Amino acid sequence: MELWNYLEYAAWGLSALFGLLMLVDWLKTDSTYSEDVLTSSREGELEAMAEEHKVKS
Amino acid sequence: MSDVDITSKTMDGMGPHGTKVGLLRVLGPAHVWALGVGIVLVGEYMGWNFAVGKGGAYAALIACWFAGILYTCVAMIDSEVTSTVASAGGQYTQAKHIIGPLMAFNVGLYLVFAYTMLEAANAITAGYLFSVVATMSGHEAALDQQPFIILVIMFLAWLNYRGVLATLTFNLVITAIAFVAILVLFVSTSGILGGGIMQHAALFEGHEMPYGWIGVLASMHFGLWYYLGIEGTTQAAEEVRSPARALPFGTLAGIMTLLIAATLTWYICTGVLPYEFLGDGVNGSVAPLFDTARLSGSMGLVWLLGFGTLFATLASANGCINDASRAWFAMGRDKYLPGWFGAVHPKYRTPYRSIVFLVPIALIFALKAPLDQVITFSILSGLLGYTFMPLNIIMFRKKWPLNSIKRGYEHPFHPLPAVTLLALCAITFFAVFLGYGTQLVAMIGFYIVVSLWFHFWRYRFVNRGAQFTMPWPKPKGY
Repeated sequence: MELWNYLEYAAWGLSALFGLLMLVDWLKTDSTYSEDVLTSSREGELEAMAEEHKVKS
Repeated sequence: MSDVDITSKTMDGMGPHGTKVGLLRVLGPAHVWALGVGIVLVGEYMGWNFAVGKGGAYAALIACWFAGILYTCVAMIDSEVTSTVASAGGQYTQAKHIIGPLMAFNVGLYLVFAYTMLEAANAITAGYLFSVVATMSGHEAALDQQPFIILVIMFLAWLNYRGVLATLTFNLVITAIAFVAILVLFVSTSGILGGGIMQHAALFEGHEMPYGWIGVLASMHFGLWYYLGIEGTTQAAEEVRSPARALPFGTLAGIMTLLIAATLTWYICTGVLPYEFLGDGVNGSVAPLFDTARLSGSMGLVWLLGFGTLFATLASANGCINDASRAWFAMGRDKYLPGWFGAVHPKYRTPYRSIVFLVPIALIFALKAPLDQVITFSILSGLLGYTFMPLNIIMFRKKWPLNSIKRGYEHPFHPLPAVTLLALCAITFFAVFLGYGTQLVAMIGFYIVVSLWFHFWRYRFVNRGAQFTMPWPKPKGY
């Protein structure tokens, strides 16, 4: 076995690890919080609170 | 101005429309620069040199500058509209507010396809780079590139999943290194500090423009490579602390950086590499800047440009994951796609479902599709997006004239940039048609089919009232 063969196995292993980390956290998050909270994001929040647009007469 | 500071720790991301968990506003202009330049800079390291093959060195330079004008128009128009429509989704959100739902749906798909395909192409390139390093380090058997391609996609998706600040700070560091590497190579090889190796006159002699002006036209297709993706800065709109300042600043600094990097890249590579070798990006010079470093005879430059090539590739894939997921998320939030995709992670404050959902799609394209087809699909989607922009800005200025709403940036000489952009897009479509006519027709056919699906089926699910949340006055004439 050469170094690059070990690196190939390491790449497979790390890929699986990153995939697993995302998957486990995803399932944990979805089961902990309600769908209402998770999908409550709305666009324009900053603008709605910080800006006031007025048409020039 | 309101007394409420939404960027404070208590109000961060929450707001009056009922947001309980929103994207995190933590980015500054440097992150916007890193997102835009990070996606693009790989085009300087590889890909642009096909333009030399199409029309010769001078044609590649003309294409470089005309594409530069095209993208300067894109950057100026984007800066004005996005600093005003400061929401995730970028051009999709612009189209939704300014033109209408069908345009928005199409633009959203252009964005997701352009970035996901580019991400796949970058992962394939990274796998190839690992195999080159293996060969150079004495590995005799052919390296299996698949685990490295998958690792690039999985690692960067994980990074994006964990938070936008770490993701774009990582991009800032590796993009800056890749850009500085080009400057160092220019200074070392041009003769400014002595010992230059440039031989432009000798290398150009006899084939300045081997295919004449038609070669220049054909070069425009690959001229896009120098800048393709700078428009991605707009996807950070909902995560910057100050959209009105950071987006124009980051985007315009980005296009200036790229104009410098593109011109220097052309100058360095055409002065060292022979035209036939440089113009063949498959069997000749796959990574021209790296090849130039190798010919310089300096091991320091070889290492620097080697890392520069890898970093540019990773930065591009990283930015593409960020942008594709924001566009997908924004479409989900408005129910243009299932609302399930509009979820935000309560701890990391990222569009986590969109990030994870796009991973297998990128993997399929990276592992199963040929590189040139993936790249062409990405370019065509991008080009369709640029064609929408002139129409968008003309309607934006007409519906909401200057002084009717607050803009972070007002681009000069309107409508000249819009008309110039439209004309250059038309020329580039013709250039693409010359080389990839079948793909162009197939792609337009695809978007017509999905448009029909959206019009006759999907539109009934769209949040028609709730999707417009900007506190703007009614458009002029309505």
